[in-house]
Amino acid sequence: MTPRSRAPNRFSRTPLVARKELVEKLARGIFFVMAAAMVVPLVAIVGYLVFLAWPSLSWELIVAVPRRGMTEGGLWPAFVGTLYLVGISLLVSAPIGVMAAIYLNEYATDNWFNRVVNLAVINLAGVPSIVHALFGLGAFVYAAGFGYSILSASLTLGIMTLPVIIASTREALAAVPMSFREACWNVGATRWQTIQAVVLPHSISGILTGVILQVSRAAGETAPIMFTGAVFFKAVSRGELFPYGLHEQCMALSMHLYTLATQVPNVKESLPYATAVVLLGVVLLVNATAIALRVWLRGRKQW
Amino acid sequence: MPSPRPERLRVAVLGEQLLEAVIRLSGVSAIVFVAAILFFLFREAAPVLFASGFELGEFLFGTEWYPTSVSNVRYGTLALTAGSLAVTALAMVIAVPFGLGAAIYVSEFCGPRLRETLKIVIELLAAIPSVVWGFFGLTVMSKLIVRFTGAPVGVNVLNGGIILALMSVPVIVSIAEDALKAVPDSYREAGAALGATRWQLVYRVLLPAAKNGLLAAVLLGVGRAVGETMAVLMATGHAVHVPHSLLDSVRTLTANIAAELGEAPAGSDHYRVLFLTGLLLFCITFVVNLTADLAIRGIRRK
Amino acid sequence: MRAKKIEVDALRLAYDSREVIHGISFDVHENEILGVIGPAQSGKSSLLRCLNRTIDFSASARVTGTIRVDGEDVRRTRDIFALRRKIGMVAPLPVGLPLSIYGNVAFAPRSAGLRRRADLDVIVERCLRQAALWDEVKDRLNSLGTALSGGQQQRLTIARALSHQPEVLCLDEFSIAIDPVTTMRIEDVLKELRQQVTIILVTNLTQQARRLADRTMFLLNGEIVEIDETEVLFSDKPNSQRTRDYVAGVFG
Repeated sequence: MTPRSRAPNRFSRTPLVARKELVEKLARGIFFVMAAAMVVPLVAIVGYLVFLAWPSLSWELIVAVPRRGMTEGGLWPAFVGTLYLVGISLLVSAPIGVMAAIYLNEYATDNWFNRVVNLAVINLAGVPSIVHALFGLGAFVYAAGFGYSILSASLTLGIMTLPVIIASTREALAAVPMSFREACWNVGATRWQTIQAVVLPHSISGILTGVILQVSRAAGETAPIMFTGAVFFKAVSRGELFPYGLHEQCMALSMHLYTLATQVPNVKESLPYATAVVLLGVVLLVNATAIALRVWLRGRKQW
Repeated sequence: MPSPRPERLRVAVLGEQLLEAVIRLSGVSAIVFVAAILFFLFREAAPVLFASGFELGEFLFGTEWYPTSVSNVRYGTLALTAGSLAVTALAMVIAVPFGLGAAIYVSEFCGPRLRETLKIVIELLAAIPSVVWGFFGLTVMSKLIVRFTGAPVGVNVLNGGIILALMSVPVIVSIAEDALKAVPDSYREAGAALGATRWQLVYRVLLPAAKNGLLAAVLLGVGRAVGETMAVLMATGHAVHVPHSLLDSVRTLTANIAAELGEAPAGSDHYRVLFLTGLLLFCITFVVNLTADLAIRGIRRK
Repeated sequence: MRAKKIEVDALRLAYDSREVIHGISFDVHENEILGVIGPAQSGKSSLLRCLNRTIDFSASARVTGTIRVDGEDVRRTRDIFALRRKIGMVAPLPVGLPLSIYGNVAFAPRSAGLRRRADLDVIVERCLRQAALWDEVKDRLNSLGTALSGGQQQRLTIARALSHQPEVLCLDEFSIAIDPVTTMRIEDVLKELRQQVTIILVTNLTQQARRLADRTMFLLNGEIVEIDETEVLFSDKPNSQRTRDYVAGVFG
């Protein structure tokens, strides 16, 4: 090979550069595959479930009641039951969660006590769902005397989903710049006046997102309600809007899926898949709403 | 001349003080609830824990779990713990590389539009309820496992491990991505100015800089896996024994409580031992979460 | 000898273990403009924050010594919000609150308890006029305060600071982020306000102090090097060589 007569161009492709580029391409490819590995299961699972559920999917499914020992029929009592549970748990966790987040972000100073509070929030988020069930059983069903009821189950769900609301609300509050608060304090406003006039109005979107996420979590949980108030079967009329009393037990979509999958023999094959699809559909739809809300409101920022 | 200063309505001032008191109370509520959980677990478990003839060592390390035996009741949770460990370990072996890899891709390599899409996918994946995952494992995954490995039964460690991995990946990805995002851009700019490729930047600069957060991501993934109930209940089978292979059916600590709680009469020893198991679970997840939080505190300090 | 509006005695400020103000004492006379000059990190901004007790919001700050406003020790005041309304504060970076322009200026009186719309209207117009902003915004009082330009937002901040009828107005390097024309307009505003309000003007633009201040204080590394009539400080008569050097631009 003839040696070059001039010094090589600074930006020419030396073997070192070529190797760096190859490694770069390889790394990018591998990481892309890893990221894609998340998309594939989501699509595959949803697709496959829908495919197998197809024979049973219809509006009738949602409105009708289960028949023949739940081997056929619809989901109405479970659907309504889930609405009850989610609604009541929301009434419990939303106010407490939002206020707790306001405390943590707006009032708490950096001392040991508040570090313990923060730790408690993190731990509450990490408690296994079955332990929440045990807690609900011991505290609400027995100690408080509520028995197996929607009340016990909703309270258990509410406490379980509290961290979701706290986390979203905190994020929303923290996104409001500190300079706004300082400007308010400089003119003699109290902390609450500042929060009410400036911070809260501009955190509503984040808070709403948190609420929606709480709803989706609560709708999907099974263990906490299985032992505190949800039940395999309850006789309910088709399409009845208020079939349950607070002290009664109820059916729920998540529980119903578990029941059909593990406790009911001879069920029509597509029925449990259809139940899964309905539950999944509710949950994913609610989440998609939260995501859309977040994206939309991000575009309307006021500073 | 300044006009006489206005005064706030007494009602308004009192109302505000009341509201601030309620807010502070709500702030403390998390502590109250965690303490309450601990209290009620302990309350139901205590009679058995302090009963004569009960050996904590045997509870924690005995492999024989026969709570309903008439003649020889034994409460050894080691097999259950081994089940939890096996499924969690397998799940982490799969989820950690994929999760970290995906986080690196989303954070460093991909364009903004793809990033938005992937982040939405992650959120939706995270939203799938555990009972749906369990159902998927019970029906679809078990058939696949039987077909491809010739195992007699499709519900086993392998099934549970794969399902748990899919459930833990979103947690790992989002926390790891946060950790990578927290590394200041100045690090990246400095590296680029020295001629580093993106891969070199990631390997030599970003991963070491973000290691606390990445550790926290893995730990939180572990916490998620260990605490999971319904999915493993449906996907790992019924056998309470220490697993010897990936294709063995097992039972985890969590699933065991769920499976047996319905049968145990309230107030019985069996019932109380299940609460004790819950207490054990609480302690395990407490330690894991505490460690993860300490690791995250490391990144926030910077 | 004019009445003393503010008396500072042996004021020390430390953030954790790092002392920032090392025991300073000085007075501010009623209806004067006191200029406070000095290089960055001298403690000028922290001093102002001690005055209206917003230093309380820094968890690591420790304050000793006394500050008396109209004879009352600010650290023992009964109503801290009334104190903050007595002292108006203008920060270096313009901050328009994410409320309407009207809402920005009405915020302080409303927080203080004023509810009648007619009264608020009067205050809003008066303060916007005093801040030389009325003509530019009078037709769009309902538009968003954050949508104004930097110079307008700084004047809006001044209007906000005036809206609670302060007796002392503190300005912390108010002209850093705004254009020279707006700066001049605000300086004219300050000259007029002097008759009603005592003004403390912290600035790193020594010429600004020369233009506006009656007396000037040179603060260096948390200590008062010199405090005297402005002409004295800016001539060759000041006592300290350091003052002469700083004013001449030798350092800072």
